[in-house]
Amino acid sequence: MEYKLTFEKFREGLRGGKLLGLKCNECKGYTAPPQKVCSQCGSENMDIVELSKNGEIQTFTVINVVPEGFKPPLPVAVAALKEGPWLMGNMIDINPDDVNMDIIGRKVSIGYKEIPGDMFSAGDRIALTFKLVA
Amino acid sequence: MKEVFIAGVGMTKFGRWETKSQLELFGEAAMDAINASRLKPRDIQALFLGNSVGDMDEGQTVMASHAAREIGLQNVPATRLEGACSSSSIAIVNAYMWVASGFYDVVLAGGCERNTASPTPLATRIMNTGPHHRYEGPTGITFPGMFAMMAHMYAHKYGIPLNKLKEAMATVAIKNHKNGAKNPKAHFQKEITYEDVYKSIMVATPLQLYDCCPISDGAAAVVVVSSDVAKNLTSKPVQIVGFGQASAGGLSTQRDYTLPIARDVSSRMAYKMAGLTPQQIDVCELHDCFTIAEIVATEGLGFFKPGDGWQAVMRGDTQIGGKIPINPSGGLKAKGHPVGATGAAQAYEIVNQLREECGPRQVKGARIGMTDTLGGPYASIVNIILKRGW
Repeated sequence: MEYKLTFEKFREGLRGGKLLGLKCNECKGYTAPPQKVCSQCGSENMDIVELSKNGEIQTFTVINVVPEGFKPPLPVAVAALKEGPWLMGNMIDINPDDVNMDIIGRKVSIGYKEIPGDMFSAGDRIALTFKLVA
Repeated sequence: MKEVFIAGVGMTKFGRWETKSQLELFGEAAMDAINASRLKPRDIQALFLGNSVGDMDEGQTVMASHAAREIGLQNVPATRLEGACSSSSIAIVNAYMWVASGFYDVVLAGGCERNTASPTPLATRIMNTGPHHRYEGPTGITFPGMFAMMAHMYAHKYGIPLNKLKEAMATVAIKNHKNGAKNPKAHFQKEITYEDVYKSIMVATPLQLYDCCPISDGAAAVVVVSSDVAKNLTSKPVQIVGFGQASAGGLSTQRDYTLPIARDVSSRMAYKMAGLTPQQIDVCELHDCFTIAEIVATEGLGFFKPGDGWQAVMRGDTQIGGKIPINPSGGLKAKGHPVGATGAAQAYEIVNQLREECGPRQVKGARIGMTDTLGGPYASIVNIILKRGW
């Protein structure tokens, strides 16, 4: 069966203002980031759906020794969507000193940014972004 | 299935090897293992070579075939296996399966890496290929970053003040450097203090430089043989009595980073196969790529209850002479971490511990030992249980 939600389609969704994921027609569970089968039950029978862009921070770090092509300090976090899936992204619009234990459990809105490609990336990249909401 | 043994082991010193390639390093470790087994290269029937990013670091692919030629193997099957830091443990598992099946009697397994060949920013980018390349890597997440997120989740889950957890993490580093100071093959052979840890640069909050293993070069190898062959080669054959291997996806597909799911599956498989419990393990070499990783692994392997690992290290339970000595070699933290060589180097230490050949860092009377090797975003984990075969 053809791959339902490829990275290309996922990226086009973000560029159109939508965070896309998959909803399983068998177990009704959500899958994101996209993969071939449902992350809950393994079914291929899923439909592309628009996800909420609302998350809650689970854990985080601020990276000072960064890979080639990135600038420190680089805050990275993992957020749980209200639909269930977890996503990795960069904290934005925040002083890196404020990216500390206090942000665990805080609500964020999810966006994205374009990252130029390099010799290992097979094209341009995108990274999700997390912004604290009041 | 036939019983499977390790006849001999070899390992280079770990460190910065600016004057040797990874194939040259593997040649040294492999011949040391073959000579220690009282065999000749022509006796080896297959090679399994663990290597993670040697193609990107040194521009060499088809590495296992070149390695086989390097040490004069007779055109035997040579296979490279890649599972990031767990690569050479996967090599040992594959060697085990071929010998256990009866297809071969003598197989060489090992690994090599020259991680210092690339400058740190490029090496960090190369390692950034371990998380998912589309959905995680582009955030700039690094290996220290992934384990930093493990540390913050651990502190939050158990309600531990971060400064208390950092003290326990520093104690892991101090213990492993103390052990490494007694290991002539360790990258770092010097003891360190709390002050050294707390004064070092912040790599990825809350991990400072001394919470991180070094970037290292090196190689290690083991000769895996059937029971009949083992008895003819050595008076101290070490039996592989159990192993486990498991996989998982990137961090966004996992939930509890304090108890990686792949370790749970892998270690249960290994204990079940060996018919042993965690309480029966006398010594363990586990994956302390970062100090928090050791604390989490001691819980995941069942040596301590979840949430007690940080206190166990403060109690001294993981010291040589403690309840369960962890990383007497110095671990990845002090011994060094040439990625593809690490699993085989853990087996090297356990074999020598069971043979009571470890001098000042010997765990007295060790009869059963275990390895734990973790690759990528806690995505590839291998456990091997070894036992005196005499």
